[in-house]
Amino acid sequence: MNDPIIRFDNVVKRFGDHTVLDELNFDIRKGEKVTIIGPSGSGKSTVLRILMTLEGIEGGVVHVGGEPLWHEHGPVGLVPASQAHLHRMRGQLGMVFQQFNLFPHMTVLRNITEAPVKVLGLGKAEARDRAEELLELVGLSDHAQKYPHQLSGGQQQRVGIARALAMRPNILLFDEPTSALDPELVGEVLNVIGQLSEEHDLTMLLVTHEMRFAREISDRILFFDQGRIVEEGSPAQLFTSPQRERTREFLGSELDRVLAV
Amino acid sequence: MLFGFEWDTTNALTLALSILPILMVGLWVTLQATVLGFFVALVMGMVLAVLKGARSRLVSWPAYAVTEFIRDTPLLVQLFFLYYVLPEYGIVLPAFLTGALALGIQYSAYTSEVYRAGLEAVGHDQREAARALNLSRARTFTHVIVPQAIPRIIPAMGNYLVSIMKDVPVLSVVTVLEMLNVARIVGDRTFDYLVPLSMVGGIYLILTLVASSGVRWLDRNLPNQGIPLK
Amino acid sequence: MTPHWIEYLPPLIEGAWVTLQLTVFSTFLGVVMAFLFGVGKLSHNPFIRAFSVAYIEVFRGTSLLVQLFWLYFALPLTGQAIGIDLRLPPVVAGVLALGLNIGAYGAEVVRGAIQSVHPGQHEAALALNFTPRQTMLGVTIPQAVPEMMPAFGNLAVQNLKDTALVSLISLGDMTFRAEQIRNFTQDSTVIYTMLLFMYFGMALVLTAIMRLLERRVGQWRPGKG
Repeated sequence: MNDPIIRFDNVVKRFGDHTVLDELNFDIRKGEKVTIIGPSGSGKSTVLRILMTLEGIEGGVVHVGGEPLWHEHGPVGLVPASQAHLHRMRGQLGMVFQQFNLFPHMTVLRNITEAPVKVLGLGKAEARDRAEELLELVGLSDHAQKYPHQLSGGQQQRVGIARALAMRPNILLFDEPTSALDPELVGEVLNVIGQLSEEHDLTMLLVTHEMRFAREISDRILFFDQGRIVEEGSPAQLFTSPQRERTREFLGSELDRVLAV
Repeated sequence: MLFGFEWDTTNALTLALSILPILMVGLWVTLQATVLGFFVALVMGMVLAVLKGARSRLVSWPAYAVTEFIRDTPLLVQLFFLYYVLPEYGIVLPAFLTGALALGIQYSAYTSEVYRAGLEAVGHDQREAARALNLSRARTFTHVIVPQAIPRIIPAMGNYLVSIMKDVPVLSVVTVLEMLNVARIVGDRTFDYLVPLSMVGGIYLILTLVASSGVRWLDRNLPNQGIPLK
Repeated sequence: MTPHWIEYLPPLIEGAWVTLQLTVFSTFLGVVMAFLFGVGKLSHNPFIRAFSVAYIEVFRGTSLLVQLFWLYFALPLTGQAIGIDLRLPPVVAGVLALGLNIGAYGAEVVRGAIQSVHPGQHEAALALNFTPRQTMLGVTIPQAVPEMMPAFGNLAVQNLKDTALVSLISLGDMTFRAEQIRNFTQDSTVIYTMLLFMYFGMALVLTAIMRLLERRVGQWRPGKG
């Protein structure tokens, strides 16, 4: 638990005139489970998308595993990263998407084995064995030969998790993994994520509206608003005695939201 | 010499300049055939669309079959058919009219679908609203459905107008002196096909690019809420 | 005495075989062109993009018959000027003109279908560290192909019909044979009626094959499996 595995150093992200991340700074240590909460449009998903290299940055430096993500060391200081550098860095990360984004034209099994075979160069048999283990982990061993559209949303998302794990990432990013699910399917996905959180090597960064779940599994909570971290702390601290007015307001409104359902 | 214009075969450039007026004579025929063919396609397509929409299957089914048959057979063969078969039954038309008729028939299969798709795209809710207002069926059709269908129909028809123009060269086989035929005659006589045929290609490219951007402009600028008939 | 139409059949069927070959070869060339330039139009490289746009506009913007005559009559003269023999046998000129023409229309179909693939698919592919090439071949195109099939079906029938034009550069297809018989017998009504129905029949078979193919490539889709 020494050097941070993820470090945001004065990171700026803009969409046109709109500043999404405003000189953002934070660290995450190896093996830490961190949840980002905050109102929609606060930039929390953007943090994950920048880490997964789906979005570039306009200022600052992002470090992953001690190396700059969007930059490379040039002869004099940092230069923008090459495709090769990004390709190498992406190997450390995996992502679970809100809309699952499974490949609809592949069976469940192939969804999981395709990248290990094509990208990591794993043998087919080896990739298949690994995929079967992962399917067992997410409780879908019987569904290997089905196509995504034959599964429920919750099952699809569990495949999404297995697919990300198959690439053996050090860091797993969850972008509102249960937001697109019917309420009765949320539990099965949270169970799988909860199970994963007990694995001590895996660093997890989670964006979610499931406050109770965040409280159970997180080592630390970051509360985002308008592209900045307003408050951070342990779940106990942040949920029971928030220091900032804005945090209290948000938690209150989330509580109303949950009660209204 | 053709149409009273001499050509100058000194070099490619002088040839090109000297035959430009000749090609323009051919282009004029091409455009006439396009417009006449388009007109036939609009009218005949409308007839087919109405027949296909008929309540009786005895009417609608043959209309579908005819549309499919026209759509699945080549323009060239339809043209030959009209050109050689009609006279056997005493109908003798000038080659130009036969050609325009063939173009019109071929494209009526496509335009009839445009009418139908345009009318069907006007939502069910519009028809129900009209019924709720107690409008008669005829009035609903002319005042509610047609005005909303027109902005969808016009751009699609515009695309077929461009397609018809590109098919006019087929009429050269029955001696119509449209642009390509004129260019071939020039080629036959000057022993240079490269210049006249390339010029025809260039003129076509300009015409279709202009026409297509015109269609796109229409597509963007026609009012979405519909065009009243009055 | 056998009716005349039976005597017409053998040469017409011989022509139909040529028509069929022309359709198959030019459709195949057209598909290759469509993918090459449809993907090319979406390239990040401005030269590839410009070249693709030029190809698509030129072959869609000029008439097929103009293209056919250009390849058959004008190209050899160009070759002469630069000292290369570019005289094409009619069958090569025919397949080239048909394939290049239909390929330009197909390229727009391919481009549209590729763009219709959900952006989330690209994000998932990137997150799994696929290279752009692996993404295109493994994720995007397989999902875009079923999207293209209905339009490709129409283009294939269009191509079958367009093969009739090669009779004008004296290639012995079905229409050419019919013309020969008509010149000989003047029995226009019978010959052209037969010819129309033979094209119609071939088009129906082609449409049925394309439908089967469409179902085959879209097996994984909801409600199609």
